[in-house]
Amino acid sequence: MVTQYAFFFDAAACSGCKACQVACKDRNDLGPGTLWRRVYEVTGGGWEKKGQVWVPSVIAYNVSMACNHCENPVCGAACPVKAIWKREDGIVFVDTDLCIGCRYCEWACPYTALRFHAATNTVSKCDFCYDAVDAGKPPACVAACPRRALDFGDLADLRKKYGDLRHIHPLPDPEQTGPALVLRPHRDAARAAERGAEVANWEEV
Amino acid sequence: MSLKKKIETASITRRSFLRWGAAVGSSAAASHKLLGAFRRRDPNHALVEAAPPAEERMIRVGCPSHNCGGRCLLRVHVRDGVIVRIDTDDRPGDTVADPQLRACVRGRAYRKRQYHRDRLQFPMKRVGKRGEGKFERVSWDEALDRIAAEFERIKKAYGNQAFYVPYGTGSYNQINGRQTAQRLMNLYGGSLGFYNSYSWAAISAATPYVYGTGVTGNQRQDWLNSKYILMWGWNPAEMRDGTNTEFFVQKAREKGARVVCIDPRMTLSAVSLADEWIPIRPGTDAAMMSAMAWVMVTEKLHDAAFIKTHCVGFDGTQMPAGAEGAESYLDYLLGTRDGTPKTPAWAEAVTGVPRETIARIAREYATMKPGVLYQGYGMQRRAYGEQPVRAGCVLAAITGNVGVPGGWASGIALQAPDGGPFWLVFPTGPNPVKALIPSFLWTEAVLRGTRMGQADGVRGAERLDTDIKCIWAVACNALINQHSNINRTAGILADEKKVEFLLVQDNFLTPTGRFADILLPVCTQFETWGLEDGWKYGDEVILMPKVVEPPFETKSDYRICAEIAARLGFEQAYTEGRTERDWVAWSLDRYRRTRFPGVPTLDEFERSNAGVYSVPVTEPAVAFADFRRDPAKHPLPTPSGKIEIFSKALHDMNNPAEIPAVPKYIQEWESPFGPEAAKYPLSAIGHHYLSRVHSTMEGVDWLEEAFPQRLFINPLDAEPRKLANGDLVKVWNDRGACVVPCRLTRRIMPGVVALPQGAWWTPDKDGVDRRGSINVLTSDRWTPLAFGNAQHTIMVQVARAEKS
Repeated sequence: MVTQYAFFFDAAACSGCKACQVACKDRNDLGPGTLWRRVYEVTGGGWEKKGQVWVPSVIAYNVSMACNHCENPVCGAACPVKAIWKREDGIVFVDTDLCIGCRYCEWACPYTALRFHAATNTVSKCDFCYDAVDAGKPPACVAACPRRALDFGDLADLRKKYGDLRHIHPLPDPEQTGPALVLRPHRDAARAAERGAEVANWEEV
Repeated sequence: MSLKKKIETASITRRSFLRWGAAVGSSAAASHKLLGAFRRRDPNHALVEAAPPAEERMIRVGCPSHNCGGRCLLRVHVRDGVIVRIDTDDRPGDTVADPQLRACVRGRAYRKRQYHRDRLQFPMKRVGKRGEGKFERVSWDEALDRIAAEFERIKKAYGNQAFYVPYGTGSYNQINGRQTAQRLMNLYGGSLGFYNSYSWAAISAATPYVYGTGVTGNQRQDWLNSKYILMWGWNPAEMRDGTNTEFFVQKAREKGARVVCIDPRMTLSAVSLADEWIPIRPGTDAAMMSAMAWVMVTEKLHDAAFIKTHCVGFDGTQMPAGAEGAESYLDYLLGTRDGTPKTPAWAEAVTGVPRETIARIAREYATMKPGVLYQGYGMQRRAYGEQPVRAGCVLAAITGNVGVPGGWASGIALQAPDGGPFWLVFPTGPNPVKALIPSFLWTEAVLRGTRMGQADGVRGAERLDTDIKCIWAVACNALINQHSNINRTAGILADEKKVEFLLVQDNFLTPTGRFADILLPVCTQFETWGLEDGWKYGDEVILMPKVVEPPFETKSDYRICAEIAARLGFEQAYTEGRTERDWVAWSLDRYRRTRFPGVPTLDEFERSNAGVYSVPVTEPAVAFADFRRDPAKHPLPTPSGKIEIFSKALHDMNNPAEIPAVPKYIQEWESPFGPEAAKYPLSAIGHHYLSRVHSTMEGVDWLEEAFPQRLFINPLDAEPRKLANGDLVKVWNDRGACVVPCRLTRRIMPGVVALPQGAWWTPDKDGVDRRGSINVLTSDRWTPLAFGNAQHTIMVQVARAEKS
């Protein structure tokens, strides 16, 4: 029995094409501005003139992320009306009928998973395509990836299959929330901190 | 209701859906105010809840066929005649031999194009000046009568050569798009033809000078046998180049191949497929290739035995008869004649690639065998685009990577053994007009057709009998938006004395549509029948059943043509009594008799709802394997029967400065090294972008959100211009200007800016494009051998702009 659903993300394989992001939007009828899944472009390094040529030390990779359905969902802890709830299988839900739009959850989540809609004065987020998962199907993003860079399953199983890495630069410290996330790093991730890599596409995510 | 209960029922209640006509998204970036007058505004077109929920059908269907480079499978969910959701291939297995055809971001966003508020709804006629964009709704009868009358008038006045159905790839499956119009024209007495394309003019023309054929590519699964893959200006993660192409490279890398990407941009491919990215100055690829050959030759890393038995023109010992004393490839490399050895130091100054890097890559490619040098098409859409094509082929040849598993002959690389998919099955019939022009030279044929002859690439006739007088643009925004030098093209099209009648068929009011005399609304490919096979690669047939009805007064291209044919008196000859669906059945029979003996009949195919018929590739074909084994018994279709490093045919053209007999680096006509750089110091490239397929899918908000239109510029170039990320910038040269936001990125070489191609030309009152359409900047000058487009050879200046 699944006790904690989780995503696997292969940063080495992700091209940043955003098929996952748009598959999510199509499945959930999300308008522009609402990104339950989004892709962060991480870029670092720079250029140095050597003789007559510019030589790059540029590094780049992508991080596709939805909600990590954390073992310790701090979004829920921050919610004054208890509109955020964790199911037995670990999926974290927001009840938009109860939501009062205070946005505390949005501030609490270090992964920017919660998304505020001014029109409805509520937040929403990834629900792990629970109805598909309940029917034995993969979440839309996982099924979409042209590079097969996403997977899902019980956290313990994913760890057995892919290892237990759940942090790459510049993600927040996983100790904060216990994200149900298993990662495979991109080759550049090891050099990312020293080269000052940061999210380069805030306007897109 | 409890949350738990709510979640149990949410799949029904949470999804509101849209009836046709409701605005799913915001309006397109290009505003089409005139359409407001035609858009029905009744309250039924507002957002409505599905109550009670209707039964949902899932239909497997080919992703609407544009010129994207892929052919993917969608699962379209339809409720009450409306597409409510789109997902992709989920066939079990997903093996390398027979992978799922997963759609890219554009296919996944297609609902937003399908139900876009700006879709054309009714036939319209122009009422203002041509190009002004003023139209009035007319009936189909009025539109079709006028078209028939204009066709008859032009045929009588100028003859059939005055008709032209231009290159256009906005709708691109067997039963939709320009070929439906070409069939009509061919039955009507013909129209001026064209050869070549805007995608790969130079590479399709140059490759056969080396190999005698364009079928130089192995099936892609063979990349898993490679030890080294050099992705040269090749970016399958953004332009695709075959569904799953990037996936096969990924698999090859996982198996241990080292992958290196050479590109001015650190592309999505460079980031996700390569072990190393090497930035190179645009337009200098042939210089780096020449220096790599110099390193191989001087360090004796080349495959001398293979060169001796399988090539001609490498050195003075193997020059063809009649060219014995001419400059061999070795002469060029060593500088025997021109005094310039093509050393890495020489190439460093040209390419911006450090000399040690050039030498290292040469050694890697020459020793980590078998290896692939895959040439992207961007580098050949340039001034002397033929040169890097041939130089890359020569590197493959002199390293002995031709005809072996895991190797790659380079060049255009149509798929072995038979050239692969992507060819027309729908019968256009023979064209009674034999004259052909290069596709890129159609403006010349408007301006001076009767003075155009073989020196301008005319084939099939000494010269043209008439200028082009009637253009019928079907799914063709290439006419103005994707053609070079938009401001020039706009002037040509605006003159009603030149092109006397311009008929446009499309889904949207494109920039080309703005110039229409009659504008016809076409249904999308979801709204009629179609059929497709792979694009350049792939071994599958994909069915495109009609999944929803055409809305408003839209019709299919085929139906429109049939109705025009009726007015011209040959409807029966045009249709042969067949519907679109009947032609799909007919085309399937053709496939069964050619590439796909096992393909089901249409009835079986439709009943199974399989969507795709695929042939697993377990033993990938290798191009030139027979030639490799026994060159005497299996000669190449070149004049010498061998790989022509030196081409006597090119030598005999007697234009060594622009068409050398061996591949050379030639400084481009606009370059950082020319006098023009003083005024326009930045090289600009118009790369493919995931938010569009060329200009198709413009204005889809999910895609614009994911990949906004903007100019990419290195912070080193932004700093002296005092540009901050997101600033509005003006980009200009002598041909035009556009204003667009900028994105500072370290992922582009200093001195180079990139403006994604395909954005819709949106001129303001001063003629400045406000959308970032790169073709206001590009040149209409063509490449010397192929008469191809050189749209990436442009120099520009960039400065901060004010909001207008």
